[in-house]
Amino acid sequence: MSIAGTRVVRVEDQKLITTGGTYVEDLRGDALTGAVHAMFVRSPIAHARITSIDTSEALAAPGVIAVYTAADIDLPPAPVDPVTQSWLADGVVRYVGEAVALVLAEQRYQLADAAELIDIDYDPLEPVSSIDAALADETLLFPEHGSNVMQVNGKEFDEKTFDDCEVVVTRTIVNQRVAPVPLEVRGAACTWGDDGRLMVWLSTQNAQIARTVVAAGLGVGEESVRIVTPDVGGGFGAKVGADPEVVALGWAARHSGRAIRWTETRSENLTSMTHGRAQQNTITIGGRRDGTVLAFRLEVVQDTGAYPRLPFLPILTELMASGVYHFPRVETASRAVATNTAPISAYRGAGRPEATAAVERAMDLFAAEIGMDPGEVRKANFIAPEEFPYQTPTGASYDTGDYATALDRVLEAGGYADLRAEQARRRASGDPVALGLGISSYVEVTAGDDSGGEGGRVDINPDGSVTAYTGSSPHGQGLGTSLAMLLSDQLGIPLDKIAVRHGDTDEVPKGIGTFASRSLQMGGSAMRLAADQVIARARELAANMLEASPDDLELNVDQGVWQVRGAPASSTVTWAQLAERAGEGELSADEWYDEGAPTFPFGAHLAVVEVDTLTGKVELRRLIAVDDAGPVVNPLAFRGQRHGGLGQGAAQALLEVMNYDPDGNPTTATLADYSFISATELPDFELVNMETPTTRNLLGVKGIGEAATIGSTPAVHNAVVDAVAHLGVRHIDMPTTPVRVWQALGDARKAEAK
Amino acid sequence: MKVAIEVNGQTVAEEVEDRTLLVHYLRETAGLTATNIGCDTTSCGACTVLLDGESVKSCTMLAAQADGHAITTMEGLTADDGELHPLQRAFREQHGLQCGFCTPGMIMASVSLLDHNPKPTRQEVRDGLEGNLCRCTGYHNIVSAVVEASGQEVDR
Amino acid sequence: MIPAQFSYRRASTVDEALSVLAEHGDDAKLLAGGHSLLPLMKLRLAAPEVLVDIAPIDELRYVRADDDGVAIGAMSRYHDLHRDTVLREHAPLLAHVAGSVGDQQVRHRGTVGGSIVHADPAADLPAAILASDGVLVARGPGGERRVPAAEFFLGPFTTPLEPDELVTEIRIPRQTGLGWGFEKFTRRAIDWAIVGVAAVGRSVGLINMAGTPLRARATEEALANGASVAEAAELAAEDTNPPDESHAPPDYRRHLARVLTARALDKAAVPA
Repeated sequence: MSIAGTRVVRVEDQKLITTGGTYVEDLRGDALTGAVHAMFVRSPIAHARITSIDTSEALAAPGVIAVYTAADIDLPPAPVDPVTQSWLADGVVRYVGEAVALVLAEQRYQLADAAELIDIDYDPLEPVSSIDAALADETLLFPEHGSNVMQVNGKEFDEKTFDDCEVVVTRTIVNQRVAPVPLEVRGAACTWGDDGRLMVWLSTQNAQIARTVVAAGLGVGEESVRIVTPDVGGGFGAKVGADPEVVALGWAARHSGRAIRWTETRSENLTSMTHGRAQQNTITIGGRRDGTVLAFRLEVVQDTGAYPRLPFLPILTELMASGVYHFPRVETASRAVATNTAPISAYRGAGRPEATAAVERAMDLFAAEIGMDPGEVRKANFIAPEEFPYQTPTGASYDTGDYATALDRVLEAGGYADLRAEQARRRASGDPVALGLGISSYVEVTAGDDSGGEGGRVDINPDGSVTAYTGSSPHGQGLGTSLAMLLSDQLGIPLDKIAVRHGDTDEVPKGIGTFASRSLQMGGSAMRLAADQVIARARELAANMLEASPDDLELNVDQGVWQVRGAPASSTVTWAQLAERAGEGELSADEWYDEGAPTFPFGAHLAVVEVDTLTGKVELRRLIAVDDAGPVVNPLAFRGQRHGGLGQGAAQALLEVMNYDPDGNPTTATLADYSFISATELPDFELVNMETPTTRNLLGVKGIGEAATIGSTPAVHNAVVDAVAHLGVRHIDMPTTPVRVWQALGDARKAEAK
Repeated sequence: MKVAIEVNGQTVAEEVEDRTLLVHYLRETAGLTATNIGCDTTSCGACTVLLDGESVKSCTMLAAQADGHAITTMEGLTADDGELHPLQRAFREQHGLQCGFCTPGMIMASVSLLDHNPKPTRQEVRDGLEGNLCRCTGYHNIVSAVVEASGQEVDR
Repeated sequence: MIPAQFSYRRASTVDEALSVLAEHGDDAKLLAGGHSLLPLMKLRLAAPEVLVDIAPIDELRYVRADDDGVAIGAMSRYHDLHRDTVLREHAPLLAHVAGSVGDQQVRHRGTVGGSIVHADPAADLPAAILASDGVLVARGPGGERRVPAAEFFLGPFTTPLEPDELVTEIRIPRQTGLGWGFEKFTRRAIDWAIVGVAAVGRSVGLINMAGTPLRARATEEALANGASVAEAAELAAEDTNPPDESHAPPDYRRHLARVLTARALDKAAVPA
């Protein structure tokens, strides 16, 4: 009997609930005995020339081994096209939190004392603290580049695009900067071995990419670097690869001849780990009064922060601009501009949430303009099920989908008609607590990365157990359990005899990792290939042992034995016997899967909020979700991924923003100030099932890691605006904090009075 | 100064700097690394342990303040024969954890919560865990786990 | 985030604490629950040379009712107060407010004396004590003195307490039978109040509307002169000076003070 599709409690958990995970900070091995502790001294100013650095007092402090600055590090800077970034700030600092010096000390407590003694003089430069300031191009972050615009994409717009539209709505909306905030901050430990190789333990989403980054940064071959990923306390896109700090640590370990451990503080994490989103989007939507949209335009301005780390973010936003809709005309363009703020990179959804937020706000603005129900307007414009595969005007090829059914199911589950009636009652009675309903229909792309491929290896051990190796790099998703379930079904070997390993580049030299919701479809397909190969090899061996033709042999997956087809009473061969016969390490296959194509999960969300119109405070009352990512391997983990996504997505709509003041100082630099959402602010989630398979990989699955984040932000956002629509409000930028809602209500009242 | 703390039933006594934080004493001196550090502002609750049976944030206490007292960390919940505490079991059964980093603090805060309120509603669990942050789960299954551990049925 | 070095001293009695204070003067700082002081020390915004731990002073951990009202030992923790049956009967507002400070873990450690002496204008308990006409009992080398809460909060984090003095007790006039209401407005449950209002009978204390907790005097006077709750609450922001933050500019805070005062007074209009 197949266990795929059944609820399986995670194999990962036993350790996590007893002794706790082994995160970088928890490593206690011999290799790190006597390791020194490292701390980065960071810029307190957004934009300045460094005029002098005096490290003498710090060097004399107890326990201090070394203090390094850019002048010490003899490595070429990292390319961040079209500019470069030094490993420690060289001459100029470009954001608060940029690393300027690196201190090593024998003990952790000595570090904090010594760091205070480093005297750095800055000559302030004009800060570029916003997208508008960057576009003005008056102060340049990189004068040698000649502009703050780092990247431009898209064709010139056609001025006739909206000519045949009865209604055209345009608005600039902000998709605010948010901080990823994995509960485990960044951390690493490293040491150079006697063999001349650098060993790095790193909290990362992909050891192999980290190895590439570190080796390139240090100017050594990849064979000289080994990355090991211990347990990772969350990544959310911000732990892809390795940050510049890791290269600086590797260099310092070589220079000092000491093993080094590094863990940042949460304040460092909030100011110097990459942030996400940070787009300013101008949407224009036009169509007929019957609800048909004829044209849609999206103009993206991406804030890259101080260094353009991830050029494809706005490109992904453009790719997914038209969402679930069959718009006849779609135009997109993007610019990416540098500002004196922390660099922007991937954050759960990475480019797609921004696209969905833009088009789903546009649909609501259009619906409000023509006075039609937002659900009806969506239904009038969905791509129909028979149109798949569907080629979008922006170049995406959607695999499978049924957007109308997803919306119907979520509206039915939520009791949409009754909720609208309740809303009308409250409005009629002048209830100060307004009810708001928000819809979001979404499609996203998983495994959309160009890097392609993933590795999987299956070893049958002499005792009949399995050790499997994946190039994916789970850090909370439960992929170890899901892969073991798939292998168990395929090989007929029980779950408790299957170990899934990952994250050590010596064990798994080739791999891509976990991001872009790619792990199950890519890593799972690779594992399927490897198991297929093992089965083929086993068939030959078993045939030999049972003196039968390979074609007559079958694997009895219920009992985990090979037998002769049609002769079940005859003798059988076990996996252990086969492994024994094959010889040590011989019943094994190592495969690379690179035939998969991106897949397009979709869904519909309905959010219900109450807004206290006297104070502006929003309470999220219900969040109902259809998230269709094809067949489900482990419903337990699948639902968990959706819950997490819903919470994070709702948090962006309601609360979270990483703020900088006009001088470029972060004002949300601790968890006391950054509004990380808690259990108290969230409701129970209501999940509705739907499974539409894809044909684009061996398992028929799509990714689920980011889908619910992408869908939920605009649903909650739309609900807040809907709650106060009858009071004259058409839009409130995220996060819809109490003061913003209150101000929007005040502005609407003033506008009405005029 | 010399600090002696009964940690999970065993006395640990070591000379440490006066400024040693309790969380560092537990992790470095007692060698128990389940207790994690997630922030610097008493916000996230990852470092929650029990002090004489009541939940506290060990990043905002000096080891010296716990001198002569009893501390329980997540390691101390498992019985000697390996039997799990009802909360440990329920967190696994309900998938109340993903990356596991907030889990030790979340479980210890939940022990205290159930001690004060043995049969909480889901909303009471949400309110009671206001000081423990999780980035992975959206809290839904954490709430379910605490409800299950309290002996009540989980219906969602 | 690690505090600068200091020397730790522990006091088990008030006399012991006073003698350590006398010995070290300005260099010493009292440590109660530590939930205000230790975060500041970790951020190195405070760096006392000597830390005197007074949390172990068990003689200051009590709630007692007497003829004048309720006496609360300064080292009582929020959690103690929240569950104390004497306090719930005679000063229910304070019992309720103590249960809304911080989170469960903070309430297990934080003390009422620590909160009062820290004098954070955003803190909940000082405003509730102010609204309750509380009196603080302080002891120093010269003996004991009583300071009404109305004279205790001089400015942000500023009180008339001398470095060698210790608050030992908070006295609250009996509130039995009086209605009360408490409104704490936050973005998240865990946040400090953007604005808070503590009302008991016809007394109103405001949280985070100035550099100190404040009484809404104009509101109270209007009520005394026969105004309705709605009319009186409109005056709640008179003579306030709220802080300016991007998530809460002063005009918004004034508006909130009016709305929340009306809500708190509506609740307080119902006798307990």
